[in-house]
Amino acid sequence: MASEVLLEVKDLHVHFPTPDGVVKAVDGLSFQVRRGETFGIVGESGSGKSVTCLTALGLTNLKTANVSGEILFKGRDLLKLGKEELRKVRGKELSMIFQDPFACLHPFYRVGDQIVEAIRCHESVSRQAARGRAIEVLGAVGIPNPPDRFKDYPHQYSGGMRQRAMIAMSLVHNPDLLIADEPTTALDVTVQAQILELIDRVKNDFDIGVILITHDLGVIADVAQNIMVMYAGRAMERGAKGDIFALPLHPYTWGLLDSIPHIDMKGSRLVPIEGAPPSLINVPNGCPFHPRCPHRFDPCDKDRPAFEDRGGGHPNACHLSAEDKKRIWAERQSRRTKAAV
Amino acid sequence: MVLHPVPTRGTAGDRIEGVFDMLQYIIRRAMWAIVMLILVLALVFAIFYVLPGGALHKSAGQKYPPLAYKLAGKHPTLPVVRAITKKLDLDKPIYVQFGTYVGHAFQGDLGYSYQTQEPVTKAILRRLPPTIGLAVGASVIWLLLGCGIGIISALRRRTLLDRGSMMAALAGLSIPTFFLGLVAVFFFDGRLGIYNTGAYVGLTSDPIGWFKVMWLPWLVLAIVSAAIYSRMVRGNMLDVASEDYIRTARAKGLTERSVVRHQLRSALTPVVTMYGLDLGILLGGAIVTEHIFNIPGIGAFSVDAITDENIPVILGTTLVAAFFIIAANLVVDVIYAALDPRVTYS
Repeated sequence: MASEVLLEVKDLHVHFPTPDGVVKAVDGLSFQVRRGETFGIVGESGSGKSVTCLTALGLTNLKTANVSGEILFKGRDLLKLGKEELRKVRGKELSMIFQDPFACLHPFYRVGDQIVEAIRCHESVSRQAARGRAIEVLGAVGIPNPPDRFKDYPHQYSGGMRQRAMIAMSLVHNPDLLIADEPTTALDVTVQAQILELIDRVKNDFDIGVILITHDLGVIADVAQNIMVMYAGRAMERGAKGDIFALPLHPYTWGLLDSIPHIDMKGSRLVPIEGAPPSLINVPNGCPFHPRCPHRFDPCDKDRPAFEDRGGGHPNACHLSAEDKKRIWAERQSRRTKAAV
Repeated sequence: MVLHPVPTRGTAGDRIEGVFDMLQYIIRRAMWAIVMLILVLALVFAIFYVLPGGALHKSAGQKYPPLAYKLAGKHPTLPVVRAITKKLDLDKPIYVQFGTYVGHAFQGDLGYSYQTQEPVTKAILRRLPPTIGLAVGASVIWLLLGCGIGIISALRRRTLLDRGSMMAALAGLSIPTFFLGLVAVFFFDGRLGIYNTGAYVGLTSDPIGWFKVMWLPWLVLAIVSAAIYSRMVRGNMLDVASEDYIRTARAKGLTERSVVRHQLRSALTPVVTMYGLDLGILLGGAIVTEHIFNIPGIGAFSVDAITDENIPVILGTTLVAAFFIIAANLVVDVIYAALDPRVTYS
């Protein structure tokens, strides 16, 4: 895949100084997203997924955050843009949809008017023309009878329809990159699948890049081409979806995979990851995952493992040797299958 | 490209149905309002006429109610007392007398003042304009002041301006109106001599004179509410600022000006409710302010009536006050439903 690199994040740090200490929400993160790909970012709550993307859009409060590194979007560093320049990028070239569609639309404005507003804040078109375009995109994302639904208020929409409306709103300017922050978490399972399918369809039809943020590897498995696993504001491993599902190289990913229920595994128990994610004020020394890691050994609590290709096929941040990882992953697999039988 | 169409709900004709719902709702509420007003009257009637110490409460051995003696003058004679009792139907059962009163009241006849023999309705109508002028003027001042300070404080959060305004607001709402009023009279009338207390003139007869006499009571009456409103508006603005839909507004690239407009739309809607109710309460008479500044309004009238045990006036002013509060509630609910599309009439 050699299509255009849309977004390139280089050594991003987002720190929030608080009276209790510095919250290291994102700590040295690098990745890139290309046109035509869906890039999945996986991690638990508080692993820095959302903060990374909000920072790209300039929606983190820069008064309270210390941000360093680079976020190159089509070659321009978003962190160096002025407020007004950044506003012109937001919603036009780079748009974002959020987790809770129930809360994301203004309850007092008609859905259609909110889309019209999104159109007219970047383009001087007549209200009438904007209205026509809004109805068109509402139809394109599967809202039935869009001329009527245009006039409805958000509370007259179901959760799935609101997320569709959000997607419609994010597409009005044919953006290059769509960031979807847990777009299906608040929805019913059946609706989740529809929304994921819609995002995938939109990606192909509009030829854009998508960043899909989720805590659910199952969601990623369906639609993403590349995956990055995050923990405590850092990348744990990153690679093509097939590689990561075939041979994950980080104990944290193993834990995530073990906690997904699977239909073949009838009768086996899900294995949770012991413990809780660390406080981002006191991130453990060395590897941030080591207190919860069943395979930790000597260097884990002292040296922070560099994020690099360690001979397993894709970059990761774990001190175990590639051979050990293959062995342990194979053992885990067989144990799990055995338990199922 | 249409994916998974979602079933539609009918929206045709909803609007006409909405108007019908609203009328039905208003009629239902108005009927309840009448019941409420009768209950209020019954309560006041019972307190001043029926309960022990009341004007119709005969103690043991008394043949005629105390009211008849009172109305008979300084040296009541039995024939006069008897005649008064007969003339005013004071010997009829209480419920009959109350029924007669309510019947007359709904025809606009609130009886006669014991002191001046003037029809109470007429007296109240004469005192309504000063009260309305006071209430509307003060409420406009506190609304502008409160919303202005609240919005600016929220937008300039944690700045010196914000902290200073909020401190002033705290001080403003801590000062009781009776104290503030007296201090104001002391300074502006006594020391500075730029205000003339008690020189009330009507708006229609002398607009400039009216303004000259009203500006100080307006300010005095507005200070406390302005303080409360500014704190409320600031709080609402900050609450709304962290809503997801405000983040959406930014994410879609709206200018900061438009984002603030989105914020105001949510933050100011509850202010409408509060304003309506406060204005309704005030239209029933601003007792302390009217008294201090000698404004001949409903509030001052009712205080005098209570001191004089002028029961028809007490009943009349109470009825007017209750009417305004109930009406304000209804108006506010109808307006709120128009402002918040999520609210339906049911």
